[in-house]
Amino acid sequence: MEVSRHWRLRTQRYSLVGEICPNCGVKLFPPRDVCLECEAPAKELFTFTGLGEVYSYTTIYDAPAGFERYVPYTVALVKLAEGPLVTAQLTDVAAEDVQMGMPVEMVTRKLTEDGPEGMIVYGYKFRPISLTA
Amino acid sequence: MNDTQNSLMKTDKPVGIVGYGAYVPRFRLPASEVSKMWTGGTGGVPIQEKAVNGLDEDVVSMSIEAARNALNRAEIDPQLIRAVWVGSESHPYAVKPTSTIVAEAIGAVPHTQAADWEFACKAGTEAMQAAIGFVGSGMARYALSIGMDTAQGRPGDALEYTAAAGGAAILIGSAAEAVAIIEASYSFVTDTPDFWRRAHAQYPSHGDRFTGEPAYFKHIMGAAEALLTGLERTAADYQWAIFHQPNAKFPERAAEMLGFSKAQIQPGLLSPRIGNTYAGSAVIGLTATLDIAQPGDLILMVSYGSGAGSDAFSFRVTDHILAVRDRAPKTEEYITRRQLIDYATYTRYRDKLKMA
Amino acid sequence: MTNVSIIGIGQTEVREHWDTSLRHLAWYAIEAALDDAITTDIDAIYVGNMLAGSLSRQDHLGALIADFAGMRGREAITVEAADASGAAALRQAVLAIQSGLVQTALVVGVEKMTDQTGSAIGHALATTLDQDYEAVQGATPAALAALMMRRYLHTYGLQLADFAGFSINAHRNAAHNPYALFRHPLPPERFAAGTLVAAPVTLFDQAPLADGAAAVIVTHSERAMDMSPHPVRIAGSALATDTLALHDRRDILWLAAAAESAQKAMRHAGITPAGIHLFELHDAYTILAALSLEACGFAPPGQGWQLARDGQIGLDGRIPISTFGGLKARGHAGGATGVYQIVELARQLRGEAGECQVPGARVGLAQSLGGSGGTAVTHVLTIDNFQPPFSAQADRF
Repeated sequence: MEVSRHWRLRTQRYSLVGEICPNCGVKLFPPRDVCLECEAPAKELFTFTGLGEVYSYTTIYDAPAGFERYVPYTVALVKLAEGPLVTAQLTDVAAEDVQMGMPVEMVTRKLTEDGPEGMIVYGYKFRPISLTA
Repeated sequence: MNDTQNSLMKTDKPVGIVGYGAYVPRFRLPASEVSKMWTGGTGGVPIQEKAVNGLDEDVVSMSIEAARNALNRAEIDPQLIRAVWVGSESHPYAVKPTSTIVAEAIGAVPHTQAADWEFACKAGTEAMQAAIGFVGSGMARYALSIGMDTAQGRPGDALEYTAAAGGAAILIGSAAEAVAIIEASYSFVTDTPDFWRRAHAQYPSHGDRFTGEPAYFKHIMGAAEALLTGLERTAADYQWAIFHQPNAKFPERAAEMLGFSKAQIQPGLLSPRIGNTYAGSAVIGLTATLDIAQPGDLILMVSYGSGAGSDAFSFRVTDHILAVRDRAPKTEEYITRRQLIDYATYTRYRDKLKMA
Repeated sequence: MTNVSIIGIGQTEVREHWDTSLRHLAWYAIEAALDDAITTDIDAIYVGNMLAGSLSRQDHLGALIADFAGMRGREAITVEAADASGAAALRQAVLAIQSGLVQTALVVGVEKMTDQTGSAIGHALATTLDQDYEAVQGATPAALAALMMRRYLHTYGLQLADFAGFSINAHRNAAHNPYALFRHPLPPERFAAGTLVAAPVTLFDQAPLADGAAAVIVTHSERAMDMSPHPVRIAGSALATDTLALHDRRDILWLAAAAESAQKAMRHAGITPAGIHLFELHDAYTILAALSLEACGFAPPGQGWQLARDGQIGLDGRIPISTFGGLKARGHAGGATGVYQIVELARQLRGEAGECQVPGARVGLAQSLGGSGGTAVTHVLTIDNFQPPFSAQADRF
């Protein structure tokens, strides 16, 4: 049963907490401690707004264990407003309605569960921005 | 106790609602689908349609979105919240709080209280009642109460037409920052077994017509009349009222018995369009009403939870409502954002298919 | 710098070997390679494998296979780099021989996919992704390929059908390969009706996973002539990495590790893409075939697909690929795939490819990718007496 590996990522999963490089200013998600661009140490935390747009997407019909009950589901590369790409499911949208460049916002949803008796894993997904304010 | 005026629940420090947020998932199951499945389409239906949570939604995820809406309206530092209380009868874990997950997600941890509440359909207002006391006693600057459910209804049962998903988050703080000041509240409970779910049962059981007169109406009237008497008010003093809404008929009749018009309960009467959201039912009626209320309006809210009891609240809307209202999606937006599903899809989304 | 040559090759059929265990599969390939070479004197064994720990609950393959192959006591380890494990194992063998500490090395790639069924295989494959930030979102290898493909189609205004040529070519070539999983042709109309796996990727864009093992024996080139009638030289060898997660790439349509390792390997061999006669590339997905052609310098970015459209990837084309069916039709045997590519290139350069023969093939390129391109291993193979057009640069091998 997996417990600590999900728990330790809760701030990333719930709140999109990444990092900002103090050297070149690039914003990093997922956090990686060494800047992807300039390879300087980057440990300063940065919370992303959760706004972005669809950079690419796919609808999955053949799912690995833990995801069968969600088929078909859509996984996207979301380009966050602050720069980085993030791999995340799209939710609250039918596969045929997804468009490249579609504006999306972060929501917190159930990602998977560790079997019927294990931990429920919650984390970020993105959905089209349709509600106001 | 006969001296209801002195028994009104009032805080030492004036408190109010400083932020509020609703959540309704986007799927809708028309009641006609249930009727078609179980009565060949011959039976009458209690509502038009009910809200159904998607595969990746539960009380945790729904509470998080409602809480974020409440925080966006209040514009406060979540670290100042000293209690996160979630009332539901659909907590995803039997043991492990929903509230700690919600508190973590909104950034309220670690210097906070967190707990899950359970009292059938009034678990949400029970949490709210406690939050009022927490802030009103000076123990906390802000306390977040949530009523949220993904309600269970046994296939073919009368409750399957209405048992729905949704709810709201109500952030309690000082009256000075409030969008609605809490004038007083009143709680009324007895041991009345009208509806229950045993510890490991999948679906609730209920007493059919026993849920009406000796249960819903007795407690709603008991709490509402005591509150109104204590405040020396009548229905005519209020612009709006919300009664727990297991269907459309019960709250309409309760309103009538207390002298409220259909117009007064109309903004908060959501059950015909989203169903009975159980612990969310009264509070989401409140958020819908706050979305349209004007400064100075008085609002009465009376919840009902089986087992049984009611919490009644009297609110006075402040000028601040106008500044705050548009900072998060309104209840109505969630209701109109809808995707119809059929009964087959519903059984899949609600895990009613036997897979093993 | 020591030159390294291949003196023995062996392979099993790629298929569902229900009655054959992982260790037997490996042994059958080793046995064939030992028969092919004129030696049984092996100093070290490098096992390429991707998923045995997950699918067969068997790790520690070095000792297992050395023992089972009757080579108890010999130095033996497993090399893991997702789908590129087999090629990475060869890379380790090359380094070992060049170090001078190992005379003759056996490389065996083996994968046993059918010890598990259903979604367990997908679950195991997802271990090649970033678990914390890709797999947890339900992403799969096919999903990452689909994300690249959708972006490619969008960027260059293409359709799925524009990729049909890759799969059709692979099936056409596999028809003549007795070791191939799919030996039937793939008509264009069938490609167009492919079942969606991860839209837009269909079953016909995706290489089928199956069991298989392939082995090669390598030694110093100076000794090779005594140990094989037709040694094949490893004229270039390089391994490079990119970000594990697709979302961390500067450009998701540029396989940086593939480009880096190809450039290094070709520079070492003293050759450019113009001098390559055939290319066994990593066509786990049609999009990866197009992107590999671009990364390795056979087409500018955005134009790799045109080589398939224009018939340039056939056996008589400008740059033949998947000459025995590639991953798509020979079948993708996970960590064995990179060794299959080497075996097939060797057969081409030895002139033993039969109906699959690329006429006059003297220089071949093999490239194996791990995951979505996080690892790329490139080898340049030549006939033993090949003189490169440029001076080989062996300073940083």
